[in-house]
Amino acid sequence: MSEDLTTTQSEGGNKVSAFVRREIGRVAALASLVIIFAFFTIMRPVFASWANVSGGILMSTTVIGLLAIGVTFVIITGGIDLSVGTSMALVAVITGKSVMAYDLNVWTGILLGMVVGGLLGAINGLLITVLKLPAFIATLATMKGAQGLALIISDMKPILFATDVEGWDQIARGNIIPNFPNAVLILFVAAIIGSLILNKTVLGRYNFAIGSNLEATKLSGVKVNRWLVAIYALCGVYVGLAAVVITSRLGSAQPDLGLGYELEAIAAVIIGGTSLFGGKGTIGGTIIGALIMSVLINGLRILELQQEWQYVVVGAVILFAVFADNLRRRRAGDTTV
Amino acid sequence: MATAQLLSLTGVSKVFPGVKALDNVQFDLNEGEVHAIVGENGAGKSTLMKILSGIYKKDAGDVKYRGESVEIPSPYEAQRLGISIIHQELNLMPHLTVAQNIYIGRENRRPGGVFLDNPKLNDEAAKLLAELELNLDPKAIVGELTIAKQQMVEIAKAVSYRGSVIIMDEPTSSLTPAETDALFKIIRTLKAAGKGVVYISHRLEELAKITDRITVIRDGQYVKTLKTTETSIPEVISLMVGRKVDQDQRPTNRNISSEIVMKVEGISDRHLLRDVSFELRKGEILGFAGLMGAGRTELARAIIGADPKTAGTVTLHGKEVKIKQPSDAVAAGIGYLSEDRKRFGLLLIQNLTFNVILSSIPRFSKFGWLRIKPAAGVTRDVISQLRVRTPSENQFVKNLSGGNQQKVVIGKWLTRNCDILIFDEPTRGIDVGAKDEIYKLLTKLAEEGKSIIMISSELPEILRMSDRVAVMCAGRLTGIIDNKDANQEVIIEYATKFSDELPAVH
Repeated sequence: MSEDLTTTQSEGGNKVSAFVRREIGRVAALASLVIIFAFFTIMRPVFASWANVSGGILMSTTVIGLLAIGVTFVIITGGIDLSVGTSMALVAVITGKSVMAYDLNVWTGILLGMVVGGLLGAINGLLITVLKLPAFIATLATMKGAQGLALIISDMKPILFATDVEGWDQIARGNIIPNFPNAVLILFVAAIIGSLILNKTVLGRYNFAIGSNLEATKLSGVKVNRWLVAIYALCGVYVGLAAVVITSRLGSAQPDLGLGYELEAIAAVIIGGTSLFGGKGTIGGTIIGALIMSVLINGLRILELQQEWQYVVVGAVILFAVFADNLRRRRAGDTTV
Repeated sequence: MATAQLLSLTGVSKVFPGVKALDNVQFDLNEGEVHAIVGENGAGKSTLMKILSGIYKKDAGDVKYRGESVEIPSPYEAQRLGISIIHQELNLMPHLTVAQNIYIGRENRRPGGVFLDNPKLNDEAAKLLAELELNLDPKAIVGELTIAKQQMVEIAKAVSYRGSVIIMDEPTSSLTPAETDALFKIIRTLKAAGKGVVYISHRLEELAKITDRITVIRDGQYVKTLKTTETSIPEVISLMVGRKVDQDQRPTNRNISSEIVMKVEGISDRHLLRDVSFELRKGEILGFAGLMGAGRTELARAIIGADPKTAGTVTLHGKEVKIKQPSDAVAAGIGYLSEDRKRFGLLLIQNLTFNVILSSIPRFSKFGWLRIKPAAGVTRDVISQLRVRTPSENQFVKNLSGGNQQKVVIGKWLTRNCDILIFDEPTRGIDVGAKDEIYKLLTKLAEEGKSIIMISSELPEILRMSDRVAVMCAGRLTGIIDNKDANQEVIIEYATKFSDELPAVH
């Protein structure tokens, strides 16, 4: 039939380019990472030393990376979570206090952090689905709320609990694999698990469905609200894990550390090619996005660029990444008859 | 009467990667003429319009405007020449007034050029509206107007550029019959003023009423230009599809069992629906006819729990079911296929498999893990069974034609094993040729024992498909007619029964 002719013809010729178009976001991000890395290596060979790569770049990616994985799930639904930074501080404080009060061991401490994080995420989900608040507003409110609660519970003082718990410092700084910090291992394992959840499970499938078209998903008989709460809770679990890692790295829970992390995490997600409109995105892209930011900061620091200029460069990179993405999309959109 | 030629296109071609969208197309337009362009979806109508309005650049051919060859590199240039287009989706700013919308970007300023001169703006708009005999208040907020009135604003805007060519893309697609008549009156005013109108419509019965000539294009190629007075709808259709399509069919006599699958009783909602009751039998197609705004879509959405109802029950196979949200309806085996597939039916940016399994994901998973392989297999079955034209199950749904997208939605509900299907305007936005195929599919589904509710605003479609016809008016069910007793006149009569004296329905 005539109407189908156009479809089949255009698709037949474009199978390869369709694949490239689909994957180009990640390919481009990875290529940028390699180029930036090569640039700094040529400028200062010490940049590529394992000490700098593992202790400097990778280690500093861990916390933002974990937050960014969580936020990736939320952004793929077409939502946003502004509360991950301060929630992390709140989880750190609650975990620290509880570990000290109940003399918990390292494993229960980790578990507790993740559960508390998940509960905070679920609260976001409930605000969005039951009260029907826009994600931006709901998580802006919980961001401020968590910031305040972290300060109240901690009495505005750092909680020095990490040294009291045997092995807490090893969570981030130990080496199960020689010369490879545990925190980085945690990030990579968490990323692989996240990627599996996103691509291989029912939750991941509904995640993409909701982000592609919430109304159609609802009318298809999916209990959208329930899944949204689960997705925000999952994001929270990653926030909890980030809190565990940061307390281990610092040796304490800092109630005022976390504000601003949410925007860095969101930036990593966007640089990694996940669409703010929802329905599209990958965990791999997010990790690459987080690495691009750490590599930049680390490299610029080694080049002794002043901190204020580092911010400007990162801003420019975010602009460039989103602009390049838009450009690709526009070009792809142009071919539709 | 000597009329000047406004537009003359010859040999116009446009190639997109892999597709020749237009191939050597010709078209011309005279002053004071309404010239229709018809063709199936994908025939190249919109591409041609986009070339005329400066959105696309032609690859070959010649466009003459008032006898002179012109290039139209941008919409701005098209407007400067005097070619305006009114898109199917209206491009108005809902929060601004009628006058502000008409003169957007060309506002009158007070001396000094800083402050806007609103009184003058409103005066000019009032004059323009009077000239066109449009009954609109320049100070009315556009978002609060009906679609028909908003369209009048678009027309006034197009005329305000003092252009001589106005392109209308599916102008009646969301108008009621009365509003359509009003639009035709405006078009006649434009004709009398010597404007040329390029008219694009799927509704062929309109062509006879309003057009002077009809140009048919098929697969990007020019087929023929006909004088409206010398042709007929069947001829136009056969030129469009390249073969004959039967216009006035009725369902073949099928044996419908007396088994009642669904009983709907006393459904009301807060705004429109009043005490709607009906029964649906196994294997029947129950058509729902009525004017726009009669409440048919609202009824469907109330039944499936997409919108709240204030009263009423749904009984399936003799058992009352509580349907509070769409997932309850789906669990009970009711599938709803919206008229707006792109908004309410499909995940456009995902592939066929994803869309087909969307309602049945628990079936394709084990302990929360998806089993992609069986899902792809089922999708391939759907593709071959429903004859979906697609390179593979991995194709993105947005790349399919309207008819094939509809088949994907049908496939979704078949995969879910729904035995009650509610089709809301099943052939809206679907080509004449592909419509036929959807009709056959609906008939086949009914024969296989599915029970179908079919909401449709096209009476020939209602008469052709429905075993019984339910007619709604102003939120109430005014009658249920057996197909053998149904004709257009009877249906219209029930559809306009606004009074309280209603025939018994139960």
